[in-house]
Amino acid sequence: MSLLELKNVTLRFGGLVAVNDVSFNVEEGEVFALVGPNGAGKSTIFNMISRFYTPAEGDIYFEGKSILDREPHDIPSLGIARTFQNIELFEQASVLQNLLVGRHTHRRSNFLTDIIFTPFVRNEERAQREAVEHVIDFLDLQPYREKMIAGLPYGVRKVVEMGRALAIKPKLLLLDEPASGLSVEETRDVAFWIEDIKKVMGITVLMVEHDMHLVSAVSDRVMALADGRMLAIGSPQKVQNDPAVIEAYLGSDHMSGDGEAA
Amino acid sequence: MRIVFKTSYDADIRLFKHNAQAFWYLLLFAIAILLPFIVSEFLIGEATLVLIWAICGMGLMILVGQTGQASLGHAAFMAVGAYSNVIYQENFSLPFVISFPLSGLTAGVAGALVALPTTRLHGIYLAIATLAISVLTEDLIVILEPITGGITGLFAPDVQIFGFTFNRYGNPVELYWLVLGITFIVVYAYRNILRSPIGRAFAAVRDSEVSAKAMGVNVARTKMVAFAVSCTITGLGGALMGHFATVFTHETFNLIISITLLLMIVVGGLGSIHGAFFGAIVVVLLPLLISVSRDAIGAYTGSGSITIPGLESGIFGALLIGFILFEPMGIYGRWLKIRTYFELFPFYRKDMFRRQKSYLKTERTQ
Ligand SMILES: Nc1ncnc2c1ncn2[C@@H]1O[C@H](COP(=O)(O)OP(=O)(O)O)[C@@H](O)[C@H]1O
Ligand SMILES: [Mg+2]
Repeated sequence: MSLLELKNVTLRFGGLVAVNDVSFNVEEGEVFALVGPNGAGKSTIFNMISRFYTPAEGDIYFEGKSILDREPHDIPSLGIARTFQNIELFEQASVLQNLLVGRHTHRRSNFLTDIIFTPFVRNEERAQREAVEHVIDFLDLQPYREKMIAGLPYGVRKVVEMGRALAIKPKLLLLDEPASGLSVEETRDVAFWIEDIKKVMGITVLMVEHDMHLVSAVSDRVMALADGRMLAIGSPQKVQNDPAVIEAYLGSDHMSGDGEAA
Repeated sequence: MRIVFKTSYDADIRLFKHNAQAFWYLLLFAIAILLPFIVSEFLIGEATLVLIWAICGMGLMILVGQTGQASLGHAAFMAVGAYSNVIYQENFSLPFVISFPLSGLTAGVAGALVALPTTRLHGIYLAIATLAISVLTEDLIVILEPITGGITGLFAPDVQIFGFTFNRYGNPVELYWLVLGITFIVVYAYRNILRSPIGRAFAAVRDSEVSAKAMGVNVARTKMVAFAVSCTITGLGGALMGHFATVFTHETFNLIISITLLLMIVVGGLGSIHGAFFGAIVVVLLPLLISVSRDAIGAYTGSGSITIPGLESGIFGALLIGFILFEPMGIYGRWLKIRTYFELFPFYRKDMFRRQKSYLKTERTQ
């Protein structure tokens, strides 16, 4: 059984078919990358898995069960965490608080015990902070722990968002363009982190990424999309050399290998 | 400036960041307790009113400042608190120690019920819906004459706690201490919210609903809890306001009060407990200042006392516009800057608080 399975999924925005009869499986323990030109439907696929959008046709299974009857806020407790392409952090809160929101699904107190701040809540808070400190150490976020998100540089925000998703302790991590807008050094960090997320933490990764260096370096399998349709699926080399993929990228510089960093 | 080294996870769970902070707040609390020995009975009455406004303001602050939901109708929940408190005492012979918390609970339930249909609304629509609630509540009070006294209003009996009587005119100092104690409890509860999961869920809903959902926060339910907690606190403030006013009618909690409450927390500083207190001081002291200066001008020019209708709300409105233009973080924001200035003296830079250029979504395409 695959960890995640999309079966003949189609989604339309009015007349536009953003995702057209797409099927693929993500196996436990692998890094699976979605590539394709802008507007191919990659983020839309993420938004369907997060249940922000509901496919018109097809079904999505996580651990063998359909998730289409779930609300968006049920998804993280199933074990699926995500980042957003355009960074969606809690701006008026500190890095630590942002990461702690990632622990929300592990919360065992309720608002009444919170308001009284019972000893139980105090112990829970200690445990949540301990979990979050591991993430802070892993991503080297110590210097920013108490900093407000508003005012942090773009690269740091990107890392904080990844950290917040990791704080959920998911089985499946969805990363929407984790390296876009990052410098070469920062992108290299992201590559190491993804390796560790897979090997050390045992988390399966589904990512969207334009930087083909990064994709080839970290992914086990790649699927290429264009205009909502799947073009090719397989090893990074195989997909990169696929005639249909090269055709789709013609006139676009995404496969140049220089990444998006500019 | 003080740098806090993280020695244990308790460092940011504690109520105070460091001992010096604890010292200043305890000193402030001690001064508040000893205030009746320092100032006149008249000013103690005004101080009591400041505390009551601050309680109502903290209620609204939970909703607006912490959760990012607008309410232009919070006077309605003050009314629910004030009326239910007196009704529980008079019609059900419940003592204050029971009627008071129960009145807060009643306002909280009312808030949760209102939240049920309105939390799907955003921004201006939510503001309009809550405004309608304020207007409706005024009418409802008049219609429910048999229990609310209609337009003649209700008479609030003296607060009685285990045989001890608190009256605004008879023993204002004791009433002040009672209100101070309740204020202390509300501040403590507010601080607990800020340092626990529910407070972070509020902030998550405020800053990004999409992201909150992706973190597993049930946005609709969180908004409902925010409404319930907010209205409970404001209802408690309303119940105290009822006792303080001794007689109140539907007009005691009209739309103007709803708007004043909202302006108050904006002027005081959104998103902080301090803001509710600073705002309450402005709301209570402004009429006082105006009447004092009016008398002074009248005496100086020899023209007697002049009355300009609407002067109070006019000055309040001008103050609000001034703050939104020049100090969006309110009085509390200004206070933080002054404090930092002295802490860093002489190293303060003029542009220290200029907002760092933050990343705009529109700067990047896909
Ligand atoms: N909420 C929406 N409403 C209408 N059209 C949308 C919406 N979201 C995405 N689209 C369209 O769907 C297509 C796929 O978008 P997206 O999934 O964001 O592409 P990408 O592969 O670059 O992430 C694009 O043509 C985009 O304009
Ligand atoms: Mg995208």
